[in-house]
Amino acid sequence: MSQPKSAVGRRRFLAGGAAIGTGALLTACTSNSPKEAEGSTGATNAPAAAAEGPAVTIGFSAPAADHGWIAAVTTNAVARAKLYKDLTLEATEGTNDPAQQISAVKSLIAKKVDALVILPFDGKALTEVAKEAMAAGIPVVNLDRAFSSPLASHTFIGGDNYGMGVSAGNFIAAQMKAKNIGNPVIVEIAGLDNLELTQDRSKGFKEALASHGLKVTARQAAEFTAATGQKVASQVLQANTKIDALWNHDDDQGIGVEAAIKQSGRTDEFIMVGGAGSKHVMDLIKADKSFVKATVLYNPSMSGSAISLGRLLAQKKGLSDLVEQEIPASITTYSATVTKENVDSYLPIGFA
Amino acid sequence: MTATEPATAPDAPVLRRAARLGSLGEARNLGLIIVLVLLTVVGAITAPGLFLTWGNLLNLLTTASVIGVVTVGMTFVIIAGGIDLSVGAIIALASVWCTTLASQGYGIGGMIFAAMAVATIVGAVNGALIAYGRMVPFIVTLAMYVSARGLAEQISGRRSQIVSDPAFAQIAFNKVLGIPLLVVILAVVAVVGWVLLNRTTFGRRTFAVGGNAEAARLAGIDVRRHTLLVYVLSGVCCGIGAVMLTALTNTGASTHGMLYELDAIAAVIIGGTLLTGGRGSLVGSILGVLVFTTITNLFILNNLETPIQNIAKGAIIVAAVLLQRRGDRRNAVTH
Repeated sequence: MSQPKSAVGRRRFLAGGAAIGTGALLTACTSNSPKEAEGSTGATNAPAAAAEGPAVTIGFSAPAADHGWIAAVTTNAVARAKLYKDLTLEATEGTNDPAQQISAVKSLIAKKVDALVILPFDGKALTEVAKEAMAAGIPVVNLDRAFSSPLASHTFIGGDNYGMGVSAGNFIAAQMKAKNIGNPVIVEIAGLDNLELTQDRSKGFKEALASHGLKVTARQAAEFTAATGQKVASQVLQANTKIDALWNHDDDQGIGVEAAIKQSGRTDEFIMVGGAGSKHVMDLIKADKSFVKATVLYNPSMSGSAISLGRLLAQKKGLSDLVEQEIPASITTYSATVTKENVDSYLPIGFA
Repeated sequence: MTATEPATAPDAPVLRRAARLGSLGEARNLGLIIVLVLLTVVGAITAPGLFLTWGNLLNLLTTASVIGVVTVGMTFVIIAGGIDLSVGAIIALASVWCTTLASQGYGIGGMIFAAMAVATIVGAVNGALIAYGRMVPFIVTLAMYVSARGLAEQISGRRSQIVSDPAFAQIAFNKVLGIPLLVVILAVVAVVGWVLLNRTTFGRRTFAVGGNAEAARLAGIDVRRHTLLVYVLSGVCCGIGAVMLTALTNTGASTHGMLYELDAIAAVIIGGTLLTGGRGSLVGSILGVLVFTTITNLFILNNLETPIQNIAKGAIIVAAVLLQRRGDRRNAVTH
């Protein structure tokens, strides 16, 4: 490997120059700015009943955004908060360590915020500290992952995992009926099997299909990432030589599923339904040129609603259209089915 | 190449001994081949008309291609007495770096360059810290594992960055004589790796450094430089893997390469390479990757549930290692 000394010197010099050039070029490559400017906020519709109230501060704590959905939860909350002139948002750094999240919430309590919006990494682990906040007179809005005690929050707002499965099942059943496919092969690519939400989604899917006399032919879990989505889907395609419909639980994982389907060349064989509602998938639905025909929402826009609820709680107001004077104890967002007919109205809340 | 090496003469005895020890590793491959044959039989019986098809074989090899390339680099690192826990994170970082809007602006060439350069540099940083900073490989690469993925999350904003250039996605579609390009890349990397490990001074030095670093140093090998180069090599393999995975999924994401370090290390160990270094087989590592990929493939073809997959996977790994042990003992008696 070694060469005469002079050659080494020249080589080192050249290598050094190349390294500096490479470094400069690479640093330029980290920019994603046009995308940021485009920024999907999901909170574009200005609140109608946003009559200004007393100035309040809301504390916000969520897990680390290790995938698109949770990233969108945080951006939506921040964007929503900006729409209110009377609201200051105290957002803590996201973490996947319950102990760290507990201390983040404690620091928010110490700052005497007027309301708290918490998406716990682990509902059970954060229950005690949320109770502490409630005891200190700070109303807590529990976002999406439930605490283990009703004493820990004033309001729960979350998505409907079971309902997602139901919406997907109903859409696929209707499509199969419209296409007159008698005994369709229906494939399900699930998320992470040891999460309760994945089990709920699958249960809803199975039961909705059963109500139409259909069943899931093959089901595999793909761990919620694009890479695992591609890996699992490519093999599921091998295992099922004929497929009529495919439901994929998560649109981020769906990027990989989509790639696998394209690589198999079976792009005209079946319909695919997504889950969660990313902008990418909504664009595909709108264009209507691919096998992606619908997606069932589990929309991160709910964090925007949680901020609105927190503001109302802090200002001691209710929801103006309801008879009750208080904010309801529980709100479950509806898992709408986005198709090419209605995609335009959902595009603003599609997450990137 | 070997003949012109000035360093060959002084370190020859150590190298020869190391090479002889290294080749013992190849004997263990028989056990893995038996496991592969058994798996194939099980596949043919449980998934008739699905498992033993040309399409499934190519798909299986495509699935194995990314982790296979990473495993080649890992084999060198482990034989040289090190460990690289950062491979998955390097893939994530390289895939994210090559799919930012700025990188994509340079087209396919710029994207591949970005992925390769980032991965190589990260590998070099690992190697420099270990070799010249005299730090433990486990700690250095663990730190890199955390921070490289962190940087990937920072750059991507934790979003999946979809590749817009169809030419890049084409990497995963292209075929060479009917064989997917990704599989060809794996084959080329594996063959180049095998030659490098078993037929060059670089390879023999790798065995020597891993077997006994002090003896290697006394024999005139620049152990630190060699250690650095081994981690650079692992970085290069990760760069190639990142390009492949990005093409395969048509996206760059900070979640790419999750747990690849464990998959790669497991494949290397099951392939008969000593975790303590100095002895090992690249063919074994590739066979290890194939065993793992075939197991997953079998499960999915049979539509088994995740918990059952995990139980069976663990059992098969233990069974494969036991089989290897038996083979070893028999070899030890006959030789």
